[in-house]
Amino acid sequence: MTTDEIRATVLRMLGEIAPEADPAQLKGDVDFRDQLDLDSMDVLNFVIAVDQELSVDIPETDYPRLGTLDGFVAYLAERLGTPVVP
Amino acid sequence: MGEFVMPTLGADMSAGTLIAWCKQPGDTVARGDIIAEVHTDKADIEVEVFVAGVIEKLLVEPGQQVPVGTPLALIREDGKAPAAAPEPPPAAAPEPPPAAAPAEPARLLVSPSAKSLAEELGVDLAAVHGTGPGGRIQRRDIEQAAAATPPPAPPAPAPPAPAPAPTEAEDRQAGMRRAIATAMARSKREAPHFYLSETIDLSRATGWLAEENHRRPVPDRLLPGVLLLKAAALALREVPELNATWQGEQVVQSDAVHLGIAIFLRGGGLVAPALHHADELSLDDLMHGFRDLVSRARAGSLRSSELSDPTITVTSLGERGAETVLPIIFPPQVAIVGFGRLVERPWISGGQLLPCPVVTATLAADHRVTDGHRASAFLTALDRLLQEPEDL
Repeated sequence: MTTDEIRATVLRMLGEIAPEADPAQLKGDVDFRDQLDLDSMDVLNFVIAVDQELSVDIPETDYPRLGTLDGFVAYLAERLGTPVVP
Repeated sequence: MGEFVMPTLGADMSAGTLIAWCKQPGDTVARGDIIAEVHTDKADIEVEVFVAGVIEKLLVEPGQQVPVGTPLALIREDGKAPAAAPEPPPAAAPEPPPAAAPAEPARLLVSPSAKSLAEELGVDLAAVHGTGPGGRIQRRDIEQAAAATPPPAPPAPAPPAPAPAPTEAEDRQAGMRRAIATAMARSKREAPHFYLSETIDLSRATGWLAEENHRRPVPDRLLPGVLLLKAAALALREVPELNATWQGEQVVQSDAVHLGIAIFLRGGGLVAPALHHADELSLDDLMHGFRDLVSRARAGSLRSSELSDPTITVTSLGERGAETVLPIIFPPQVAIVGFGRLVERPWISGGQLLPCPVVTATLAADHRVTDGHRASAFLTALDRLLQEPEDL
């Protein structure tokens, strides 16, 4: 899975959690929880979706890395062993 | 013969609009079956029936707005003989609704996706015939209307644009704010509030939860809020006068603890449906019920009993909220518990100054029912229970 595919997957999952928002408008370097007004239940549902769809179990100690879209895509790429494309 | 009436789903509701019947005359119903869908200012609700029997007659048509308490249907209860049906109620509201909840103009029943499609295709909703339940306009109705619309004539000089009609979302938002304003103004007017707060050390609770979640599969993880809910429910057993409603001129204490959970809605506003028997639920069951309630509240599929049954409300601002909340009691309840954001603060424990996760719990209570001494007992119990998270 490429980083573009990871990003597209993450955006789709976020769109399902916050259907009134347009994830395509998300700024990559700003906390997406603030941009989408996500609460702790939304974040848990998002983590469950990542676990079920990408088989990545995100420990609670890594939750701070869920902050920005760019940071989270990089985190998932690392967990999935996606090669970094310069 | 039992009458199925327009239920009251809170002190802020004076009338409701029948969206659709889920049962028809001759159908057998059991206690708890969903029998109708009703639109209120706050939400569209699935209404349950509380007797078992057979639907004898439907008295109200979909699309009609009627006051709370109006008979909607007749149900022949199990073991009882049929009886002559009374006259159906007068169409629409037989008496003017109170000023605080003015009657709305005839409402178009439109699904959200149909509304969006109509805007996209330039279809006038007022000219569309809805084929869904209760005349609800659906996507296929919009598509047919668009297909039947002749191509536009050459443009003529445009008259001054009229003020745009509110969208369905704006209409709903206005109704939600009106309902909240009515209930909160009544509460502040009638219930003499007093407030007490306690800052609670959550180091044991968060430590226990971190270990617990570490060993659980992701879908089974617990949120910190679930510990707060369970502790509040158990503390109410020790101070049961807070678990009550004000009816007429007296307080009626409830044997069951039905926590109203304040849930913010993405379009704005909030609802506070009940988690029934919260004090008797395991943390897993509580978490499951909590997730289910949030999901259905935001999807617009709450049930009538969930809105009518809360005996006390809990509001938690979560990890991104303010540190302290001073909530307003939701009538006819007599108390509400507010939790602020979990924060780390300097804390003296065992003679040492340490960083400590804490939460500020605030209780708003009705002075007609209780006083500071008993309210303090509730907060003390809450604190004590949260120091023993493994026992929750």
